Amino acid sequence: MSTTTEPKRTRTSSYTAAAANYIDERTTISAVVKEFGRKIFPDHWSFMLGEVALYSFVVILLTGTFLTFFYDPSMAETHYEGSYVPLKGVEMSVAMASTLDISFDIRGGLLIRQIHHWGALLFIAATGLHMLRVFFTGTFRKPRELNWVIGFGLFILAMGEGFTGYSLPDDLLSGNGLRIIEGLVMGIPVIGTWISFLLFGGEFPGTAIVGRLYTLHILLLPAVLVALLALHLVFVVVHKHTQFAGPGRTNENVLGVPILPTFAAKAGGFFFIVFGVIVVMATFFAINPIWNYGPYDPSPVSAGTQPDWYIGFADGALRLIPPGLEIEFLNRTWSFNILIPMVALGAIIVLPMIYPFLEHWITRDNREHHIADRPRNAPTRTGIGAAGVTFYGVLWAAASSDLIATHFDLAMEHVIHFLQAAAILGPVVAYLITKRVCLALMKKDREIALHGIESGRIVKLPGGEFIEVHEQLDDYDRWKLVSYNDYAPLMIRPNSRGKITAATRVRAGLSRWFFEDRIAPVTRRDVELSHGEHHAAAAIEGEHQSAIGADRNRH
Amino acid sequence: MSNATKRKNRAGRRSPLATVALLAIGLLSTGGAYALISGGTAEAQSDINSQQMIDEGEKLFSANCASCHGLNLEGSESGPSLIGVGAASVDFQVGTGRMPLAQQGPQGEEKPEQFTDEQTKALAAYVASLGPGPGLPDPRYLDGEGDAANGSELFRINCAMCHNVAGAGGALTEGKYAPAIDATPAHIYEAMVIGPQNMPVFNDANLSPEDKRDIITYLEFNRESPSPGGYVLGSLGPVAEGLFAWFFGLGAIVAIAVWLTAKSN
Repeated sequence: MSTTTEPKRTRTSSYTAAAANYIDERTTISAVVKEFGRKIFPDHWSFMLGEVALYSFVVILLTGTFLTFFYDPSMAETHYEGSYVPLKGVEMSVAMASTLDISFDIRGGLLIRQIHHWGALLFIAATGLHMLRVFFTGTFRKPRELNWVIGFGLFILAMGEGFTGYSLPDDLLSGNGLRIIEGLVMGIPVIGTWISFLLFGGEFPGTAIVGRLYTLHILLLPAVLVALLALHLVFVVVHKHTQFAGPGRTNENVLGVPILPTFAAKAGGFFFIVFGVIVVMATFFAINPIWNYGPYDPSPVSAGTQPDWYIGFADGALRLIPPGLEIEFLNRTWSFNILIPMVALGAIIVLPMIYPFLEHWITRDNREHHIADRPRNAPTRTGIGAAGVTFYGVLWAAASSDLIATHFDLAMEHVIHFLQAAAILGPVVAYLITKRVCLALMKKDREIALHGIESGRIVKLPGGEFIEVHEQLDDYDRWKLVSYNDYAPLMIRPNSRGKITAATRVRAGLSRWFFEDRIAPVTRRDVELSHGEHHAAAAIEGEHQSAIGADRNRH
Repeated sequence: MSNATKRKNRAGRRSPLATVALLAIGLLSTGGAYALISGGTAEAQSDINSQQMIDEGEKLFSANCASCHGLNLEGSESGPSLIGVGAASVDFQVGTGRMPLAQQGPQGEEKPEQFTDEQTKALAAYVASLGPGPGLPDPRYLDGEGDAANGSELFRINCAMCHNVAGAGGALTEGKYAPAIDATPAHIYEAMVIGPQNMPVFNDANLSPEDKRDIITYLEFNRESPSPGGYVLGSLGPVAEGLFAWFFGLGAIVAIAVWLTAKSN
């Protein structure tokens, strides 16, 4: 598909050619351009999610730069004298006042602020969806494990960027958020209090935190993020793109369009579409109305105080933990109602990050994989993913327990208790159901690959028998159904010294759990057999009547 | 009027215009008469303590309230005593439709009012006549001309923890909730004075009448001025924003991505 032929360099070279040559001779950039420009992108909508994240990040960078021109990260006290009437003369920090000025007194400021905030929500949402795509299609397998970890680092940095940015206006909502973080930090045994004082430069809230968060938000975190992002993209090019199984698509090739020129043009257009969607949201829908929240003051807390969505799971964990889990030990208070949620949050971050290595340890699969799995073809992994998504989703929902209660006319306690149970049982149920659904879908695929699709056409045979005609798939469609890796549980074998180690046993057990229930892919022979059988077995096999009938009908 | 009818007669009584005119005259006269009558009662309303109002209120009370609150306001197992709750309480509870209760539940819900303003005032007069309590608010505190900045600060400190900074409401325990604030200035003032249902009382020592006026001013400002940032998504904060970003924002972009990649196939 991508057979771009280098046009022969003519002597009558234009100015551009001369300029290009000048640059190339001094930078050898042509090698890079060739490598990147010839990268092939297969067409599938889910392969564009990472791009959406990238483009919204660009939007955030642009708008964020604008905001830094006018924002002042100072916690010095001032009296607001801008044009928003209900805050006139109210005492607040300079940070809050400058954010209000951006919103009300700087031309286009509110629009840019809203683009920045909506863009941030979308950036992290697109990142999350992109990660789910990579997980459920198994494209984190060799050789892409490291890039998965880098991507996960990007996700964590994005959340850090989000949280530090959320706190900058120094309004009531973000101040409450910081107060919760302070509580979390304080809950760390032994060193918590010290860390908190270090972080806030003294007692909460102090006069230092906004300036410090600002430095993190605009300097350190974006720098690391951009560096990792670049590395992530280089790896994407180095590894070649994955693709879904299809005719002509193998583990050794990539079918699609090259970056230059087609994909670059398409992607450029897509960037503006993403930008446009964010601007439409920012134009018509208010986000973070700090003028309602007012300046931060440690005494008031608004009903419905929540973090932005990507920190919601942490808030939810704190809401779900039952009260009273505190003990006095060694003259200190050990707050397990802080520590347990922190462990849960750590698990949410760490387990997915190291999952590729866990799966590799279990499967011992050292092959390179460039064909994306259909989620159903890896039932255990898909089940694990569904369990993880459910756990995260329950914590996420718990962060809005109060709004669920008011909007569905429920008692808050009932919502909390339901979600507490769901946090524990939900993942198990989700795992079991998802795995069974995957296996059922695989069975269905096998059935279709072997016997074709029920056409709904009922035919009466000369003998008076009614049969439904099955239409056979063509080879292209069948290819998609039958090409996936087949795994079998590992056998327990003694090592070179003739011993069976505990690790081997564990691995064999996990491997059995992973691959015990499986549907083998249909082989060419299976297909041939199912066709051949039809005639021989017609008399005895009632079960295959319909398929047989279809064939008979065709011949 | 008779002239007009004669003219119509001349044009033909069966003309369709005659029906229209007749209808218009009928509606106008009925409306006019109603306006006269209700205008008369509006004057009577100002005198809330007149014996006529109290008698009227007593009748309404016996018919609609006494089964729970008792014939002499003494209360029963199904409703509290109303002695000393004052006219403000009756005007708030009945005027916002919370009373009579739609059903027993964690808290009385707002619903379309069952009584006219006049009847509500009569009930208030009757209840107030049997025991002193907070009266109806002085209209000068309801004009919305106070200090909105002071009001916004007081609102955040005293009200926002239950009602949300934008007055969008919030959850309480055991199925109770702080409702979204969309009441009239008088009802807001009365609510602060009497502390209805699960709300605490903000008496004049706690929030002076001027402070209450400032709070009402702030709420009126919020209600009347358009949102600077655009549609507010229920003023529910980050939860609504997050849902919107996922379903509308990312949803739209995924739809576009599906469309873009489908074109080439």
